[in-house]
Amino acid sequence: MSDLSRTGPVGRSLRGAVLAIVALLWVGPYLWMTITSLRTLDEIVQAPAYPLPQNPSLDAYREVMTQVPVGRYLVNTLVMALSIATLQILLALPAGYALAKLRFRGRGTAFLLVLACLLIPPQVTFVPVFTMLGPVGLVNTMGALVVPFAVSAFGTFLVRQALLSVPDEIIEAARLDGASELRIVYGILAPLVRPTLAAMFLFSFVYHYSDYFWPLVMTTDDENRTLPLAIALLREQGTGVRWHIVMAGNVILSAPVLAVFAIAQRQIVRAVAQR
Amino acid sequence: MRPRHPLHPYWMLAPTLLVIGLFFLYPLCVAAKDSFYRWDLLTEPEYAGFENYTRLARSGELVGVVGRTVTFGLVVVGASTALGLALAILLNRRGRVYAFFRSAIFSAYVVSWVAVALLWMWILDADAGVVSRAFRAVGIPTMNWLGDPRSALYAIAFVTVWKITGYAMVVYLAGLQAIPPTLFEAAALDGAGPMRRFIHVTWPSLRPTTAFVASTGLIMSFQAFDVVRVMTQGGPVRSTTLFVYAIYEEIFVNLRVGRASALVMVFFVILILLTVLNLWAFRAGRRMKEAT
Repeated sequence: MSDLSRTGPVGRSLRGAVLAIVALLWVGPYLWMTITSLRTLDEIVQAPAYPLPQNPSLDAYREVMTQVPVGRYLVNTLVMALSIATLQILLALPAGYALAKLRFRGRGTAFLLVLACLLIPPQVTFVPVFTMLGPVGLVNTMGALVVPFAVSAFGTFLVRQALLSVPDEIIEAARLDGASELRIVYGILAPLVRPTLAAMFLFSFVYHYSDYFWPLVMTTDDENRTLPLAIALLREQGTGVRWHIVMAGNVILSAPVLAVFAIAQRQIVRAVAQR
Repeated sequence: MRPRHPLHPYWMLAPTLLVIGLFFLYPLCVAAKDSFYRWDLLTEPEYAGFENYTRLARSGELVGVVGRTVTFGLVVVGASTALGLALAILLNRRGRVYAFFRSAIFSAYVVSWVAVALLWMWILDADAGVVSRAFRAVGIPTMNWLGDPRSALYAIAFVTVWKITGYAMVVYLAGLQAIPPTLFEAAALDGAGPMRRFIHVTWPSLRPTTAFVASTGLIMSFQAFDVVRVMTQGGPVRSTTLFVYAIYEEIFVNLRVGRASALVMVFFVILILLTVLNLWAFRAGRRMKEAT
């Protein structure tokens, strides 16, 4: 531990000041969001604002629910994020197995191709993918939201790295027992690299649940819209100051992610900090 | 190991390579080709040679976009790296209070960009926002942070820093915990105070971490889009039109696929350079870890 202040009062008061600033800057906004969402329109318009709502009400939430089919968009978002996270794992396992364990012609090239994709983020591909999918009628479909992300280059890389440290003997023994290759991949190797898969799943789910860019570009009608898009639209539709409604939408949008974060914080932090 | 059947590895890789080919490599080739055409999505594409590139360069559009994105990137990287390091050092302690504050800071990185952008739009609102009200209450002149071309870019940079500082902090915490405690003990025995321990032990040991955090932050800020789309739509007077937003605007507002594709190609080259920098930092970190 880098103990910068085994020191006396100076270190302690510095630390206290930092904690106060951190609380104001990083906890304050969440509180403000929640408080605002409990206000009524009158209180928003009135200046000076009371720090706390005078008559806390859930009207803003009711208003969000009537303006936006939250249920349907939430289902869309969850279907999209869960499909992507699941597909990424299902495809990364056999690919990682081939790249880590099997000898064959073209393995180096295949691995390089996977790595090259790390250089190509969605911000580079969205223009051509949009013009590609348009003519074949795939824009505005769940497929356009999910399939382009079915492979995670980084995830495939991580699974390959994890499988490298699995001893060959395990695979040989399974083959002798007559297990099929698919059974070896999904039944025997997958449980051995579970921490990697869990981190990958969580990271992918959280990222795609919150994603705004790709759904914005690939959908133009309500059918396949996702929750972040709908919540962002709440403000654009708004006439004048209706911030209590926007903040209520914000609470609805962030609550699931914050809940996942609270439960699986350790894994998420490890997935992010692991290098 | 030898595959059971010579075709097995290819079957295992087939779905991955198919998706990669269709949605990564082929689109890149399409963008390269489209960048030489004039196309409005409605009529037939028309060959235009280097026109898209020369127009971008001559009109000053490219210089403006790159300049804004670089300014934004440097502000974001400088501030989030410095803050991330400071917070990592100060919050690297046991105890529930510290754990709570670390989580609070990092949670901003996990919450969606849309939620963060909307939240700060409300906080920074010129009339009813809590910042403006507080300033007015104490008598400090306030301004329309997001609506003024002088401040808008810095306002969205601030929001970006708020969101990604947690990432920098978490990577720094891992870096701090990897420094052998004996180094600090030795320095303390030599009579080095906290400041000197930081200069002579912490900072040099964290140099590769810093390179990694900074280059990753630079890539993240070059890819910034949501914060612009939600908070400012590139305005006022294009003062917040960052790279990805400029691409988006070319295709979805101006319907100029060729121009958008040319921007994509320039963007791709910049990203490659940044990623090379990032990989170099990553490698340096590995080498340093192995050496200790």
